[in-house]
Amino acid sequence: MLRFALRNIAKFSCLMAAVSVLVFVLVSLSPIDPVQASVGQAAYLNMGEAKRAELARYWDVGTPLWERYANWAGALFRGDLGMSLRYNAPVSEVIAARAASSLVLMASAWAISGVVGFVLGIVAGMYRGRAADRLIKGCCIALAATPAFWLGLVCLMVFAVWLGWFPFGFSVPVGVVAAEVTVLDALRHLVLPALTLSVVGIAHIALHTREKAIDVMEGDYVRFAQMRGLGRWQALLRHGLRNLALPALTLQLASISEIFGGSVLVEQVFSYPGLGQAAVVAGLGGDAALLVGIALVSAALVFGGNMAANLLYGLVDPRMRKEEARGSAYE
Amino acid sequence: MARPMSEGGGAVAFSLHRPQRGRVGNRVRTLAVLVVAAFALGALAVLGLFAESQAMQTDFLQKSLGPDAAHPFGTDWMGRDMFLRTLAGLATSIFVGVVAAGASAVIALVLGSIAALGGRRADTAVTWLVDLMMGLPHIILLILISFAIGKGFWGVTIGVAVTHWPSLARVIRAEILQCRQSDFVALAARLGQSRARIAVKHMLPHVFPQFLVGLVLLFPHAILHEAALTFLGFGLPPEAPAIGIILSESMGYLSAGMWWLALFPGLALVATVLLFDCAGSSLRRLIDPFTAQE
Repeated sequence: MLRFALRNIAKFSCLMAAVSVLVFVLVSLSPIDPVQASVGQAAYLNMGEAKRAELARYWDVGTPLWERYANWAGALFRGDLGMSLRYNAPVSEVIAARAASSLVLMASAWAISGVVGFVLGIVAGMYRGRAADRLIKGCCIALAATPAFWLGLVCLMVFAVWLGWFPFGFSVPVGVVAAEVTVLDALRHLVLPALTLSVVGIAHIALHTREKAIDVMEGDYVRFAQMRGLGRWQALLRHGLRNLALPALTLQLASISEIFGGSVLVEQVFSYPGLGQAAVVAGLGGDAALLVGIALVSAALVFGGNMAANLLYGLVDPRMRKEEARGSAYE
Repeated sequence: MARPMSEGGGAVAFSLHRPQRGRVGNRVRTLAVLVVAAFALGALAVLGLFAESQAMQTDFLQKSLGPDAAHPFGTDWMGRDMFLRTLAGLATSIFVGVVAAGASAVIALVLGSIAALGGRRADTAVTWLVDLMMGLPHIILLILISFAIGKGFWGVTIGVAVTHWPSLARVIRAEILQCRQSDFVALAARLGQSRARIAVKHMLPHVFPQFLVGLVLLFPHAILHEAALTFLGFGLPPEAPAIGIILSESMGYLSAGMWWLALFPGLALVATVLLFDCAGSSLRRLIDPFTAQE
């Protein structure tokens, strides 16, 4: 067990190092001039040569790529991710301030999509070929083809503009002092984004669970349970559920990557101040340090999910500890 | 699927004597679905290309109109017809999707083959690369690539093209590995056939169908990611006809109650993606020997 955990930790460090190199190289390839981006067009034109040279030194212009990477990686180990250009604060602070609201959003969407998808998948599998199955399957295929941001727009139109049930965006009411924001307010602002984001994951898990449920119901042990006089649903609940829950949980852990990607879009639609929105601001505003920081956080989250899935399998199924367990199924 | 004979056995016996003429087989129906979907997509692309110049025409006498007979999707605040804009946008999406998915599929084919045929080291390297690509959320990777090579048509097309290969590469690698271990390949080798001949005569017919299906099923992903990236502001420029642009512009008019700006273009995008999905799964059902008889 210890070796299994150690190997995963080694794999994590290795992958994070590779991701950091990839991200750093991509960001360095950018045609954006850091000096110009940092002070703006007008200030750049009015600036003297000496000042420009000083800024160029500050931004390491002209230093070779590997040297810049070494400097940056060294600072990273001390916990320094650099300064964010757009938010004018250390990157770690910007990320910390936004991670909380993002994590709440992602965690609730993750849980909702997992539970709803699992239940829908079981229902569809149990009523295979019947109306309920066809309805659920059709909905899932349509949902898989629906872009999250459009769904968010439709939700805004229906529930915020037309029905007026929910606020029109942001994570807290506008014009209210931060100290006076109640939990209820925050929840009301969370409902629409979380629901929209959860829909992204439902289709995948429901279709997967449906296939598994069909397999399980054809298994010998379920047939034996039915021979002993248990009903279909009883047999499923007593004997099949365990076999369904583990693959579903694994799949759901592997889907963190998609949830994070979806959160970027959903946060943009709902003006929800989270990591995804900050990533968009950083990308559009030439804020390389913040973009790199968020990319690393997202990679760590994704890897964390995959590793949790591996550990879970390793705990339950001893065969998996020997083989290279891979949690992520392909998209 | 093997169904128990007792179920409606009488009906089966009866229908044996009934003339079979007039019944359309499942296989024919699947083929028909495939042809119709492919034709619809082709028509969409052509119509969209023709609509492009008209879609940009502004008419301030007819601005912000709801959907009616003359403008089925309504008009925007500059009096542009939303139906034409949507058509042109879908054509752009299909074009980007075809280029990007095609390039991605070629990358997947090359890397998948290298992993399967190039020995242990190559396999480890490709697998590692796949893990690396999948280690970052897709949208974040696309934002980074757009940051690296700039926005615009080529930025988004290259970005989508170089990020969609991992899943297909895995499929192709597994397919080739399975094929290599099969008896008929071993037999061909024993009979003294050259490696090249085995690859072309015996392995290609097995791998190519999987590749083709994988390629078609990449389109929906590519199109949705292009739209998402454009929506965020990293993709196509604001003057380009694109669904992502239409939807991000519509955000500013939602609170004014102009619901048609977002609803119809999005529905059209979903329909297009479903058409590609439909074509891909029909193709798979036809090609895959396990379901070809269904």
